[in-house]
This record gives sequence, C-alpha cells and structure tokens, in this order.
Amino acid sequence: MPAARAAAGTGTLTKGQLMHSVLGDRRSVAILLGPALLVYSLGRLVPMLWSLGYTFFIGSVISGFSWAGTANFGKLLDDPALPTALWFTVKYAVVITVGQVLVGYLLALLYVFFLRRGGAVIRTLVFFPVILPTVAVALLFQKFFEYAPQTGPVNALIEAFGGTGVDWFSTPGNAFLVVAMMDIWRSMGFYAVLLYAGLLDIPDEMMEAAAMDGASTWRLIRSIVVPLSLPVLVSSLVFSINGTLKAFDSIYALTGGGPGSATTPLTLYMYQTSFAYGDYGYGSTIALTLTVLCLLVTVFIFRATRRDLAQG
Amino acid sequence: MTITSHRGKTRTAAAPGPNRRRRDPHRLLRRLPGHICVALLLIVVAYPLVWLFLGSFKTQDEFLNGSATALPESFTNFDNYTTAWSSVAIYLRNSLLTVLPSLALIVILGTAAGFALEVLVWKGRQTTLLLFLADIMIPGQMILLPLFTVYFQLHLTGTLWPLIITYTATGLSLTVFMMATYFRAIPRGVFEAATLDGATIIRSFVSIGFPMMRNSVLTIALVQFFFLWNDLLIALTFTTDDAQRTVQVGLLNFTGQFGVVEYGPTFAAICINVLLILAIYIFLNQRVMRGLAAGAVKG
Repeated sequence: MPAARAAAGTGTLTKGQLMHSVLGDRRSVAILLGPALLVYSLGRLVPMLWSLGYTFFIGSVISGFSWAGTANFGKLLDDPALPTALWFTVKYAVVITVGQVLVGYLLALLYVFFLRRGGAVIRTLVFFPVILPTVAVALLFQKFFEYAPQTGPVNALIEAFGGTGVDWFSTPGNAFLVVAMMDIWRSMGFYAVLLYAGLLDIPDEMMEAAAMDGASTWRLIRSIVVPLSLPVLVSSLVFSINGTLKAFDSIYALTGGGPGSATTPLTLYMYQTSFAYGDYGYGSTIALTLTVLCLLVTVFIFRATRRDLAQG
Repeated sequence: MTITSHRGKTRTAAAPGPNRRRRDPHRLLRRLPGHICVALLLIVVAYPLVWLFLGSFKTQDEFLNGSATALPESFTNFDNYTTAWSSVAIYLRNSLLTVLPSLALIVILGTAAGFALEVLVWKGRQTTLLLFLADIMIPGQMILLPLFTVYFQLHLTGTLWPLIITYTATGLSLTVFMMATYFRAIPRGVFEAATLDGATIIRSFVSIGFPMMRNSVLTIALVQFFFLWNDLLIALTFTTDDAQRTVQVGLLNFTGQFGVVEYGPTFAAICINVLLILAIYIFLNQRVMRGLAAGAVKG
C-alpha cells in the first residue's frame, strides 16, 4: 500500500513493479485470507487431527480420558457389530447410488426426449424435494408407510387391492426398502437436472444423423446418448457415492438404525458409541474407519475412470 | 438461408429425438406411454406432500378411525397449527439465530479468501486452495468429538455459539472454492486498473470485487442456507437441551413430547417446515437449481 502511494507521487516504479507490490502485498493476503483460514483450520482441520489422537484413548469429556494404546484398534477387529455396520454402509451406498443415478438418468431422458414445452415446470416440481429438510421428509415417510395405529396411504392401497398391510419398519429388508425409496424420492430431481444438462451438451447433428439413418429411439439412446453422456454419469456417481457413504440424517430420522441395528451404518454406529455410550476413543476409531473407506472408494473410482477414459 | 438455419437450430435444440419429425394420426397413441410416465411421476412426487398438507387439518380421531386417503372434515380448523406453533416458534427462532449469522460469516470470509487466493499473487496459494478442498474427503463425524470437548471446556454448551462456529467452518470449504472459481473468470485488468488509480487491494475488494460478485454471492448463500437449515448431525450433537433446539432437532423430538403420537400437530409442524422452504423455492427456484448443480459439479 505504501508502494502505491510512492508510485503515484514519484513515478519511479514501473507498472509491473507496482502490480507486484500491491497484488503481492503480504499484509493484504493476511487480512483477506486470514480469518477464513483460521476458522476453517480451527473448526475442521485441527479437530480432524485431534480425532486421530483420540483413537489412542478411552473415555469421554465428562468421564475423563485415559491412555489406551492400540486397544481401540484391537476392539475394532473383535467387534461383531462393526462388520454389520460396515456392510450396511457399503450396501446402502451402492444401492442408493445406483438407484439415484439410474432414476435420475431415466428422468433426464424423459425430459430430453418427451417433454418439450412445459418441461421446465415439471423439472422444477420434481426438484423440490431435494431442498426439503431430511427430517421433514423422513417423518413424512414414516407416517406414509405407517402400519398402526394409523394406517398410512401405502398400507391403505395394499389393503384396497385385497392384500394385508405390512409393518414396514419391523423387518430389516422392508425398513431398508423404505429408506431406499425415500432417498431416491428426495434426490431423483437433483440427478435428473444434473444429467439433463449433460444430455443437452450432446451435439444435435449426431442425433439428427442417426435419426435420418432410421435409428429407433432406443437404439439412439443406446449407441449415442449413453456413450456420450458417460462423463457426466461418472461424475454423478462419484458425487452420489461420496454422499451416501456419509449418510446419517435420513437413516437416523427414519428408522433410527432399527429394527435392532439392521439399518445402522458406520456414521450412526459412531454416533451411538460416542454419545450414547460415552466412548470417544472407540467412536473416533469408527470415524477413522469411515474416513479410510471414503478415501479408498474415491481413489478406486478415480483410477477406474481414468482407465476408462484412456480406453475410450 | 440464415433464417432457415436458425429455425432448424432452435427446433432441434427444443426437440432432439426422432418423434418430432413424423406427425401421423397415431402420434397421440405413440406418445401415450410418455404421458403415463409423466402422470405417474407427478403423482409420486406431489401426492406425499399433498397428503401431508391435508393431514395437517385432520383431528386425531380422523387419523385413527378415518381412511388415510380421505379429505379432512374441515379446512378452516387451525388448532393443529396453533398447537404446533407453540413449540415450533422457538425452534424456528433458534434456527434463524444460528443460520443467518453463519451465512453472513461464510459469505464474507469465503469471498475474501477466494479473492486472496485468485486475484492476489503469492507463493503457496495453490496449496492453500487444496487445503480448503481437502475438507470434501472428511466425514462430518471426524470433527464432532474434539469440537464437543472444546465447547464443553469453554462452557459454550447450552448456547447457540457451538452451532454458529461449526456451521461457519463447515460452509467455508465449498464457498472458498467456488468464489475462487468465479474470481478466475474476471479479467485481471479490472483490479490492475484500480491499483493504478491508487486503490489499495483491500479497497479494490470492498468496492469492486465483492460488489461484482453480488450474483454469485447470492447463489452461494442460498445453497449454504439449505445445507445449514437442513442440518441434523451438527445440531443434534451440540444442542443439549430443548431451549437450543433448531427446527430439525425439534421436529425429531416433537412426537415424543406428548407421549402418544399427536398426528395433527406433528403434521402441522412438518408442514410449517415444508411451507417455509416452498416460499423460498417459489421465488428462487431457477437459482436454487443452478446453484446446487454447480456445487455438485465443482465439489
């Protein structure tokens, strides 16, 4: 800043020197970047490293901590609940990711090939559940699928067709089904819009040419649309799996992890261990397991897609 | 010539696909499956929400003894809303008091940091940007326990401060990254000219950089608003008693409060939550859709 004034006064600095002294001024960098970097470091980075430290302790902030060495990691290997939670996390992430992206893609195809005028209204409407609070949606689905004392619309429909109502949240399979339906319901509009934007990027000339050659709609989709929208499909998958591996809100609010612990992913298991049982050390160890899982999946996807792109 | 090619282009842009070219009498019949798909889609998306809205006017007796799909007996019975409001009002206040200050901090600090990372020239800015990006890898669960310990030791539990601080730290990563991307698109000459006119860099940011970003700032603020407003994990962890509950945590405990499930007030409480979001969405839907999609592509 003094440099700018000096330049204006004496005119001895060249333009380049002036730019360098002003745009490279360390104090300005500190003033503009400092607060954000400080809050981010103290609120995210330091706690993350600190959490790694907790894996060597036992106890909580209320009961106090004591050194545990590698006992938490030993416990991790012996804990029968861990493989269950890990398996549910993976199952949930894979099923929901495939479901979200697949349904989103079908909707995007519907938007492109069928809806023309009026499409914007439908896209906007289908997008609405995306921004609804997860808790509100979960409570809504709980009541929508309720068995007793109120008979929800789903069971009412089943009974209207002569079937018997289902207690959806009493068996692991059904509870998972409702969670999956809910998560797809509330996110399909998002993936539809994301993939729709990708489909619009396909050059019209290619579609025209194929249509002239007499290709049917299905053939057109299979040989032109799908291959050309592969990049945006892959990035949707990456985004989706990154979110579903960390899913907590929807499951906590809809099933609470039950029946028993049948729908408990690592996120929820970590939360219960830390706050219901007051074991921060083991809770951090589970959180670390989740972080490692996320990293492995990300690395795997990046390597797999890079190979894909190299081949294609 | 130009007119035909122009026409051709707009037509294909509006309607790719082969259906468009053949207009025979069977067209309607062929389009029937598509119409059925759209109708089904609209029912699947809208019916649960309509059912929720109808339910918010029903009495407990209608819920337990009436048909689930029946219309409420009265649309002017606001008893459920009155009952729900008595507790939801506090939750809404808490949510507003945590989300709005966090949003302001996120936007101001995030834009300044994006400016410093993209417009200013210094060693290590690439590394710093990557540092902000690293956050995307970290599950929220990793930071809860250390933060809880700190807030507890500083006697902040029982106030709304833990939420404001955690929300601000959480929102910064994506905001800094997106703002840096937006600043990259602005020609450097703009800021160089300001410098030649004798403006300090802080002044350039306050009077040129930030105002130029008004549109992007609004979009990011909107996206972050939904993230924070809909948050459950952080609010659940750092609120210890009813007086600090945000809308989401309060809603989750709503049914428990009366022992038995009181359907009407519960539905009304969920409905208030949904209508609030709807009110924002009606005015800003295109911006919301664009903002969230951009966040996903960059994140």
